[in-house]
Amino acid sequence: MLHASLKTLSQGLASGKYSSVELTQYFLRRIEQLNPTLNSFITVDAQKSLAQASAADAQRAQGRAQPLTGIPIAQKDIFCAKDWLTTCGSKMLSQFISPYDAHVIERFNSAGAVNLGKTNMDEFAMGSSNETSFFGPVRNPWDTERVPGGSSGGSACAVAAGLAPAATGTDTGGSIRQPAAFTGICGLKPTYGLVSRYGMIAFASSLDQGGPMGNSAEDLAMLMPVMAGFDARDSTSLDRPVEDYERDLAKPLSGLRIGLPKEFFAQGTSPEVLNAIEQSIVEYQKLGASIVEVSLPNMALSVPVYYVLAPAEASSNLSRYDGVRYGHRSAQYQTLSELYENSRAEGFGAEVKRRILIGAYVLSHGYYDAYYLRAQKLRRLIAQDFTDAFAHCDVLMGPTSPSTAFKLGEKSNDPVQMYLSDIYTIAVNLAGLPGMSIPCGLDKQGLPIGLQIIGNYFREAQMLNVAHQYQLATDWHQRRSPHFGEALTS
Amino acid sequence: MKWEVVIGLETHAQLSTASKIFSSASTAFGAAPNTQACAVDIALPGVLPVLNKGAVERAIRFGLAVGARIHPRSVFARKNYFYPDLPKGYQISQYEQPIVQGGSLSIMVGETEKIIQLTRAHLEEDAGKSLHEEFNSATGIDLNRAGTPLLEIVTEPDLRSSAEAVSYAKALHALVRWIDICDGNMQEGSFRCDANVSVRPLGTTTLGTRCEIKNLNSFRFLERAIDFEVRRQIELIEEGGRVIQETRLYDPQKDETRSMRSKEDAHDYRYFPDPDLLPIAIDEKTVASVRATLPELPQAKKARFINDYGISAYDAAMLTTSRDVADYFEGAASGSDAKTVKLCANWVAGPIHARLNEDNLSIVESRVSHSQLRQLVLRVTDGTVSGKMAHEVFNALWAEGSLEALSVDRIIQSQGLQQISDTGAIEKIVDEVLATQAQQVKDYRAGKQKAFNALVGQVMKATRGKANPQEVNDCLKRRLDA
Repeated sequence: MLHASLKTLSQGLASGKYSSVELTQYFLRRIEQLNPTLNSFITVDAQKSLAQASAADAQRAQGRAQPLTGIPIAQKDIFCAKDWLTTCGSKMLSQFISPYDAHVIERFNSAGAVNLGKTNMDEFAMGSSNETSFFGPVRNPWDTERVPGGSSGGSACAVAAGLAPAATGTDTGGSIRQPAAFTGICGLKPTYGLVSRYGMIAFASSLDQGGPMGNSAEDLAMLMPVMAGFDARDSTSLDRPVEDYERDLAKPLSGLRIGLPKEFFAQGTSPEVLNAIEQSIVEYQKLGASIVEVSLPNMALSVPVYYVLAPAEASSNLSRYDGVRYGHRSAQYQTLSELYENSRAEGFGAEVKRRILIGAYVLSHGYYDAYYLRAQKLRRLIAQDFTDAFAHCDVLMGPTSPSTAFKLGEKSNDPVQMYLSDIYTIAVNLAGLPGMSIPCGLDKQGLPIGLQIIGNYFREAQMLNVAHQYQLATDWHQRRSPHFGEALTS
Repeated sequence: MKWEVVIGLETHAQLSTASKIFSSASTAFGAAPNTQACAVDIALPGVLPVLNKGAVERAIRFGLAVGARIHPRSVFARKNYFYPDLPKGYQISQYEQPIVQGGSLSIMVGETEKIIQLTRAHLEEDAGKSLHEEFNSATGIDLNRAGTPLLEIVTEPDLRSSAEAVSYAKALHALVRWIDICDGNMQEGSFRCDANVSVRPLGTTTLGTRCEIKNLNSFRFLERAIDFEVRRQIELIEEGGRVIQETRLYDPQKDETRSMRSKEDAHDYRYFPDPDLLPIAIDEKTVASVRATLPELPQAKKARFINDYGISAYDAAMLTTSRDVADYFEGAASGSDAKTVKLCANWVAGPIHARLNEDNLSIVESRVSHSQLRQLVLRVTDGTVSGKMAHEVFNALWAEGSLEALSVDRIIQSQGLQQISDTGAIEKIVDEVLATQAQQVKDYRAGKQKAFNALVGQVMKATRGKANPQEVNDCLKRRLDA
């Protein structure tokens, strides 16, 4: 069961090799054993998960099984799940039990999947290392002194360490792709608008997008039809039919044009990372792809543009956490101002406060034009760069992150260094494009390296095909940390 | 020094949609606190707004009714500030790109018409309510009203007195009800005004420093608040002081305005486009289909009444104060001759209006129906009842409240209110009266006109007012001057 593909698990359930209850118990046991070390989950509720599992078994017995029926999925703690503690990694919501299901949770429930628990994350998804979580950092299974990336670090770790067959994540500036790269798994951020944001706690509304994280491109292709789909409760949700994302997996890659943006191979990126990317490009050429040099001239602006727009939206999105209706309320207040100030001062961590301050500043009177408005204009230029590049190629490739997983604490006192670790992922969110990360090598320290694949709008099926063909020819996606193998489980 | 008053009004009209502007919760008034606030209204983590198309449709109706430009693309913005009855910590409103721009409204200032230019009208959501009583020094929050759709209608600083401001507010109030976008209930807060007031020396053109008086929810408060504020500003300046730009509140108990917050501690609302909502796109087709559902507007109806019925501008204005009044009038008067129409107009503007006010009823609740009025006026013009007796018939109809046209003739019959026009019958009564009034007859013949009137009165008295006055006159003259 460990690191088995979703298809294998689905077949195991269908053939009666094991029940969903047994499968769920297997992963709950691994969580019980390994989570104290890895801190991958914030909430595990065996009773709830097993109740869902036995309902799934009953459904299967009635002949009503769907592909994911009975398969446990770890849910990032940013998705509201009815009757589950939903913290978003924050003290502010550390006691918040959601009274409703996010669209994504509803979809997994109706697909028969089992909610295996809520995974750890950077507070309100603000961070690239999972160190900003109120519930403590997640450890990277490959080296527990290192970060798993963020903000979907708990989900990435859960899949990488075999605590869950697959997980959900959200990606505002790289929060699915960068942790996927750091932990040696696969993660896909879909086109903006494909996955409903209803019930997904907002960080930066115009950038946030949910997506799947798993062991292989094939697994992601199975998860996508569940996560994607129109939802009238999200005005930015796109009204288009759900695709069959597995339809193109087997297509050969001959004729594929891969664009390599020269800005993705800039100085400051680890030579080992660059080398692994180059090796994977060679592999793709062997598979029949051709290489095109392209340019994204405004790439360098993406980090500053992002750190104006995302905090601006966040500063407003997080205003609702005021201690009045739910969430943390300070015990220390006499006046209304003190109620607000103390509740928010106590309820939010340092990185969240920093971004609220930046956001309030760039939106304030006299600064709006210089920061927010200019950033919006540049955002359009960045998106246009991609459109121009896609005139010459089918997909873009480059590194997901300039480095492999760094050490805990290494960048936590240098926010700008931390922000720069998302330099290759952020532009994709600004353009609203789909992007994914797949493993393509290990560095000298044995840490995973991620290859980023960026597709044109709604080309997820093509990207999954591109990733899957590579995974048929290589085995990087099957490499797993030697420290958390099956032996521990029995 | 002579001063000129400059006023601009911002009016919040609650749009009459069944559900809220960004959620499916009900907008009905008067429910128990927080029972009409759904997850979106209380701003739970992860919830998102979805625009109610009914609110957009109503904004378009308004824009068309005032001859404004309907923007093909308008944008919702977030107005950020903290307050306990503002669940999200921001209000969704429109800032740089409102749905409706420009337009105008005609008002009556005394007998003359004045055109008030509108700046814009934009969609926004209402906040909840803070309840300071009954919580033992704590504050209660009721979020039922949070997310109620509002259209904020802003004028240019075109108003020059409290009377003009009230006239505008009344015209706007009538219009929003006329086009069915707002119930206009001011007690329930469905229609409320903020007044921007400043003064300047008469003859100058630069605007004085203004104060904004918030939340005036009656025409009387609007008038009084402006009057107080104008006096305060003039006195302040004449005493060598300076008006400070600030937000003020009107206290009806003390009949004064007082400072709420000054410009220095005004919020920086940090407006920015709401990324959770797409821009509102309105195409020509939508505008045309909304236009097709608009009723005849007050101005057009007024002009038509003057043209078609030959009534005065004053009467026409009176009869177009609301669609219901106009419909009632037309129900009674349409297809009649000029004299009948004029009588109908007088009845609606006079006795009916007065009785409705007395009994605190709206015209649709009138205890005399328009078909009864039509019948009654017909009985006056055909001579069945005198104008005077018609009032008695009206009173009887009102008391009965049956609303059937037939009841007019029944009441005239059963109460014997028919006019006596028969010459022989009148001559007989006149002779009887003259026989008992020798002194009056003598006085009249001596040249005292007053005596004639007294004799007419005696005849009318003898017939309990039913005699045809013209016939009585003629008959008396014939007898006395013979």
